[in-house]
Amino acid sequence: MNIHEYQAKALLKEYGAPVAEGVAIFSADEAEAAAKSLPGPLYVVKSQIHAGGRGKGKFTELGPDAKGGVRLAFSIDEAKAHAKDMLGNTLVTKQTGDAGKQVNRLYIEDGADIARELYLSILVDRSVGQVAFVVSTEGGMDIEAVAHDTPEKIITVAIDPMKGVSSADLAKLTSALELTGDAAKDGETLFPILYKAFVEKDMALLEVNPLIVMKDGRLRVLDAKVSFDNNALFRHPEIVELRDLSEEDAKEIEASKHDLAYVALDGNIGCMVNGAGLAMATMDIIKLYGEEPANFLDVGGGASKEKVTAAFKIITADPAVKGILVNIFGGIMKCDVIAEGVVAAVKEVGLKVPLVVRLEGTNVALGKKIINESGLDVIAADDLDDAAQKIVKAIKGS
Amino acid sequence: MSILIDKNTRILVQGLTGKTGTFHTEQALAYHGTKMVGGIHPKKGGETWQGSGGEKLPIFASVAEGKAETGANASVIYVPPAGAAEAIIEAIEAGIELIVCITEGIPVADMIRAKAILDASTSRLIGPNCPGVMTPDECKIGIMPGNIFKKGSVGILSRSGTLTYEAVFQTTNEGLGQSSAVGIGGDPVKGTEFIDILDLYLDDPETESIIMIGEIGGSAEEDAAEWLMEQAKKGRSKPMAGFIAGRTAPEGRTMGHAGAVISGGKGGAEDKIKAMEAAGIRVSPSPARLGKTLVEVLKG
Repeated sequence: MNIHEYQAKALLKEYGAPVAEGVAIFSADEAEAAAKSLPGPLYVVKSQIHAGGRGKGKFTELGPDAKGGVRLAFSIDEAKAHAKDMLGNTLVTKQTGDAGKQVNRLYIEDGADIARELYLSILVDRSVGQVAFVVSTEGGMDIEAVAHDTPEKIITVAIDPMKGVSSADLAKLTSALELTGDAAKDGETLFPILYKAFVEKDMALLEVNPLIVMKDGRLRVLDAKVSFDNNALFRHPEIVELRDLSEEDAKEIEASKHDLAYVALDGNIGCMVNGAGLAMATMDIIKLYGEEPANFLDVGGGASKEKVTAAFKIITADPAVKGILVNIFGGIMKCDVIAEGVVAAVKEVGLKVPLVVRLEGTNVALGKKIINESGLDVIAADDLDDAAQKIVKAIKGS
Repeated sequence: MSILIDKNTRILVQGLTGKTGTFHTEQALAYHGTKMVGGIHPKKGGETWQGSGGEKLPIFASVAEGKAETGANASVIYVPPAGAAEAIIEAIEAGIELIVCITEGIPVADMIRAKAILDASTSRLIGPNCPGVMTPDECKIGIMPGNIFKKGSVGILSRSGTLTYEAVFQTTNEGLGQSSAVGIGGDPVKGTEFIDILDLYLDDPETESIIMIGEIGGSAEEDAAEWLMEQAKKGRSKPMAGFIAGRTAPEGRTMGHAGAVISGGKGGAEDKIKAMEAAGIRVSPSPARLGKTLVEVLKG
């Protein structure tokens, strides 16, 4: 789960991290009061969307010469003008895709005098199974480009989970970021704070790009991007409250209500599969036969008939779907449960497109019997290859 | 021979009394008499578990007690996500040699802690978020469907449960059968990686060839490929086929498995396929041709 920059900063501030003063606004009317509450005279007006590259992004509704999604304002009036310009418009960045994202929230923040821009992130380093800091002196820019062009400028420091951030770790981090004086002292306070926030709040990623050294020599968190481990949200109701549903696909929201792993895609063959690996492989084989999948959908191991029915409804509600492929290799999942769910869903919502069903594994005979006796117009497939060919052929014939 | 488990493996079930634990324990008992020796429940110690077919197993209050009473050397975990890491740690502290965690959805922070304790122990953990381990006609730990297996010569290892079944099913249909099958799991932090299992398969005389199935996210496939090349220089190698799931997955989206995500331009399918091919693994473009691809490799 992702949150907005202003929410991430509020959270880090609770832990004592140095962030600028700022106010989130939802309408242009609020801009003046927000700016007046800040010290000034420099303000930063920042679009709040769940995507990076906002500064270089462009608004669809504004001309190509209009400023991007993060703007400096040298007066309260200028801040107001920016807010009016940005709110409600669609920001396209390299991470949003061509459709872009509507800007419904802005964050107006006190400006800073920047001396140096650094990069810092905390993530789970899966190669060692530990939380790790990733830092670089090359902040404020696209870190993927830095990793590609000058990998030696990116330094990783893994943290022993039993000890936390040690003094040796701190020495490595301050040295890697070339921090001295007050900035080094600030770093020694900040790094353990960020680690504590990461672990206590079950974050999946905490990215500060840039972390800045100001002209007065102090450190500040200038931008913050935080995402959380979905598997740990059950113990963080306060984080779940920060979820912004307007940032998510409607079909994905519906799927998440039923605890289904669903990702909307651009193709026209709807897929319902058990197991993440097989679900990805099913997408891959559809592509191999020349068509595109409309979605990734893993119904999971312990799916009930009701869950399968919900999954089927989400797939059929997508107008782009011209055919459906159900591909089940039962392990924990029993084929008869899938069959009952599919039959119930079709009886409820009808079936307007070709449906290919391939069942194998636990309780397969029972599952096939339920499908055969249902009287539904289902194309049965023997194996994955057969299933993929049949659905591709079926949508080409329609 | 086989790897990890055989007909003498004695297994405790952590989370036996739940619906999932009960169903799969019944299936395991029915599979060539897999030696399920007891269940663990902190509040139901001394009671008896009964399956739907009248099967009975003793329930112990702790793994340590269950191990002492039954001589168990393995455990399988069906405990729900919030308590699963604690169950792993309990099994480690009881000195269980092989711990197989089926549970999906364990918080990563919990697994980081469990892994630190695991690394300082002599236990081996398979999973979490995995289908388990099978040795055909001998022992079934986990949730793999037994009816698709056939005793044979192919060692199978995979990050995905259902793709493990595909590889098993296809090698059975080709008449090759399996020596063992191991699902290492789809989480980012897990007990056992590809290299650990490849090492066992290379040593196992019954394993004549290997199918390795990876997916997007992380660099475990690249690491394994590099390791295989080093081993080949030492004269250790076996014919291999492979597959990588997620060629069509979009960047930045988690595809079901917590570990299946391309992030920061890393963990994409093409890099993995290239690394595996460089290590001499024939990578099938289709998940439906795993068995046939291996047969082609074996024909030379």
